[in-house]
Amino acid sequence: MTMEGNSRPRLAAGCRTGENNNQRMLLMPERALRLNGPSLEIVSRCDGQHTVAQIIAELQQIYSKAEPHKIEQDILGYLALLQKERALDFEL
Amino acid sequence: MTLNSHNPLALVAELTHRCPLHCVYCSNPLELQSRANELSTEVWSRVFQEAAAAGVLQVDFTGGEPLARPDIVDLVRSARAAGLYVSLITSGLPLDEAKLDSLVQSGLDHFQLSFQGAREETANDISGTKSHPHKLRVLQWLKRYRIGVTLNFVIHRRNIDELEEMLAIVEDSGAGCVEFASVQYYGWAFANRERLLPTRQQLDRCIELLNRAQERLRGKTRVLFVVPDYYAKFPKPCVGGWGRKLMLITPSGDALPCHAATVIPGLSFENVKNRSLLEIWDHSEAFQKFRGFDWMQEPCKSCDRREQDFGGCRCQALLLTGDACATDPVCSLAPQRPKVDAILAEINNPSASQPISIPSWLYRPNPA
Repeated sequence: MTMEGNSRPRLAAGCRTGENNNQRMLLMPERALRLNGPSLEIVSRCDGQHTVAQIIAELQQIYSKAEPHKIEQDILGYLALLQKERALDFEL
Repeated sequence: MTLNSHNPLALVAELTHRCPLHCVYCSNPLELQSRANELSTEVWSRVFQEAAAAGVLQVDFTGGEPLARPDIVDLVRSARAAGLYVSLITSGLPLDEAKLDSLVQSGLDHFQLSFQGAREETANDISGTKSHPHKLRVLQWLKRYRIGVTLNFVIHRRNIDELEEMLAIVEDSGAGCVEFASVQYYGWAFANRERLLPTRQQLDRCIELLNRAQERLRGKTRVLFVVPDYYAKFPKPCVGGWGRKLMLITPSGDALPCHAATVIPGLSFENVKNRSLLEIWDHSEAFQKFRGFDWMQEPCKSCDRREQDFGGCRCQALLLTGDACATDPVCSLAPQRPKVDAILAEINNPSASQPISIPSWLYRPNPA
């Protein structure tokens, strides 16, 4: 289960988004992450349908003023963090 | 209201003290509450709504054995409806396939199954009951569902050498997380400490094995380890700091800042039947008592680490020094650290002193 451009990330079992006092959160066993702006855009696309490459392309469109390569690096870094937290499965 | 460090984030709901297991390190207080005093379904449901409104994100259903509550499925449903992330922390013992299915359908997010060992004879000896084979069956049933699964092995001298066998159970289960939680010494575990505290040699081997397991299982299973804090250099940030993140409700509705807070003399606790959760969080004497830094003594008061570990554990300070305001004596900077070193010396060099006379287990009973 490695993270490749054509793999499709999906929130792992026991992980889901939720909301508390208007703050979107990623809820995981015994921990939680705040979701804002780009992190919310990324996590909402971790649905087992979007590929990593598609997520990158869509965020490059949304944040068209930012440097595309920087966006790609940030997304790969964030997905790696979620993978380390055991919050993602990668499907082919 | 916004989310900030002044909100409680986690609610521990001790639904009952009743339990089919009698574990010799149980974190429940020595004085257990009876079934007659337990909160009703309605009061718990109100507590979940108040918790979510106060900013709480997650609720842990624990006990005792939370499955001993006949209304457990309704409680899961109402906590989830209130907007909370729901974890069940269970021995798995009073569970059949139909009950598991109902729990999942009601919105259970995360199932944490406790293990007392990897071998049946060890597990049965520690829990004072025959429970191990059923837990292995529950693990198989869990594979049918897409919910969070954590295995929790409570580690101590009697079972720490079974670590490789425990890891085999973990790998077969496919669980997303495993916690190897060393026994910490309060309550029943404090009474049984002489037989539970591992040796330094055992601990070193355990850490080496777990480092390798973390590498091997990366991306599959998170492998967590909680060190027995007598062996640590600095104290743990107990409950994430007193009155900072966590609120525990006892079976009868008392609101506590930590599992063991009732051992601290002079603290009085308010009950959720009489006051709202947020009022208790903000104003009750028990939650104010060790909140922040004003109560601290030296060396904590001027220590750079005070915002990392909050002075450690108040209950441990009381149990080992007689003063709940003292620096947690497991801290290498604590004036009372020699007391902990003496306990470790006795475990690690038994020949240097008197031969240890090992007392027999003090099992936790089942309340009325």
